[in-house]
Amino acid sequence: MNVGIVGIGQTKFGKLADASARELAAEAFKNALADADLARKDIRSLIVCSGTHYDKQRSPAGIMAEYLGLNPSPTFHVEAACASSGVGVRVGWSMIQARLHDLIAVLGFQKMTELDAAKVQDVMSRSGDVMWESPFGPTMPAYYAMHARAHMDRYGTTEEQMAQVSVKNHKYGAKNPYAMYRKEITVTDVLESRTVASPLKLYDCCANADGAACLILAGGKLARKLTDNPVWITGLGLASSPMSLTSRKQFTSFECSVHAAKQAYKMGKVRPRDVDVAEVHDSFTSAEIMNYEDLGFCRKGKGGKFIEEGETYVGGKIPVNVDGGLLAKGHPVGATGAAHIISITKQLRNEAGPNQVRNAKVGLAHNIGGIGMYAVCTLLRAS
Amino acid sequence: MGFEKFGYVSYVTQTRVSEFTKYLADGKIYGSKCVECGNVEFPPRANCGRCLSGKWEWVELTGDCKLLTFTKVDAAPAAFQDQAPYILGLAEFSEGPKVLAWIDRAVSESEVKAGVRLKLKPTNLKNGQLSYILTTSNSA
Repeated sequence: MNVGIVGIGQTKFGKLADASARELAAEAFKNALADADLARKDIRSLIVCSGTHYDKQRSPAGIMAEYLGLNPSPTFHVEAACASSGVGVRVGWSMIQARLHDLIAVLGFQKMTELDAAKVQDVMSRSGDVMWESPFGPTMPAYYAMHARAHMDRYGTTEEQMAQVSVKNHKYGAKNPYAMYRKEITVTDVLESRTVASPLKLYDCCANADGAACLILAGGKLARKLTDNPVWITGLGLASSPMSLTSRKQFTSFECSVHAAKQAYKMGKVRPRDVDVAEVHDSFTSAEIMNYEDLGFCRKGKGGKFIEEGETYVGGKIPVNVDGGLLAKGHPVGATGAAHIISITKQLRNEAGPNQVRNAKVGLAHNIGGIGMYAVCTLLRAS
Repeated sequence: MGFEKFGYVSYVTQTRVSEFTKYLADGKIYGSKCVECGNVEFPPRANCGRCLSGKWEWVELTGDCKLLTFTKVDAAPAAFQDQAPYILGLAEFSEGPKVLAWIDRAVSESEVKAGVRLKLKPTNLKNGQLSYILTTSNSA
């Protein structure tokens, strides 16, 4: 059976001090229902996705299903750090394939800015091994910085090339009304921003944000009945790598991404060069460069050159994160995966406005969870 | 002695390898060695990472290691702000396993680069906790 995306909805991402997590979730959910022209009674199950410990609510699916008025429909929580709602889509797809339900909402959310940046780093530093690594105060930027340094040492990737990723993503973010940062920046801006964890500087890093994003999935026949332009999920990939850096073999690649991408390409019967537009996990500029290589967009070690030559702009070999990416949109951890898929869905429906890639038929959404222990890929095709 | 003594901030108190902190207090770095397959692990594991056997013994490590990668953390988590900036190093022991630890401030920053030889040594932290630190191989 095919599974299609029939509804998309999200909130703006950013510091949304006027709303709680459930209120953001309701906004995204209602937007998705409106997009699909459905009523909430049509939704058979709600998959709630988020990272843990950014707010105080335990078992968030409980309050979300209640607040959205979906009881007694089944609901539960999916957690895979920054890959949570990407994994939620995989779970929803499986439930539809298993014929448990024909119409499922995958709802990703995160409310991060009630904590200040240092407190968020307290939470995030426990995304590493709490027994042997967290006692040394690692941060999410620090973990990625150590990979970035290894990539620079091995392949000669430069801070300028990393900065070019941020410049590209901010260029497109400036045209995305849902993005947190809507201002173009220059390579100099990035290079002169304060150091967070060397070699990563402020504009090499995505920002903590609040936000929610919702996808409505439907089985093939129903999807065609509901809409003229369902976007089909044609490939799925999910893989893991050791959480501990000490257990990893190398630091110039996120191996889980390589595995997840291979699975998705194989299932979707496409090659990397067939992908017309991609959303990849640019939590840090260095990560986007490594993703180019891990997802097969360019050869290993050539990621820096790939951005330098403009190949990931609209008009390049493969436009990447042309909605602003996490670097410009902000990164509400649990909402990010669904938001990636929303951007690809818009591209494949030819609704991406000023950031539209011409004739986009095949899209790839990729998320890394935490410090690279999970990677999820979703391959999508226009109807 | 429980594991709560390990690290500037400890997040785990109970483990089958808590004796590790006792060895640290004695000035020694110990790993685990699988009795079944001989695999040497650091950090120590109560189950072998290669064969999952629960039969293991302590093995002392030389502490000799080579730096693989590092970062200087300026924006620290709230619980570590009084320590910032600090340099996190990821190093590989001559025996094979790897370790993540702070690099001693006594090591000149210009010397901190991939490939440099360092020594992992036990250290008493000012807050009364025990830890280990990557330092120059010739320092006492």
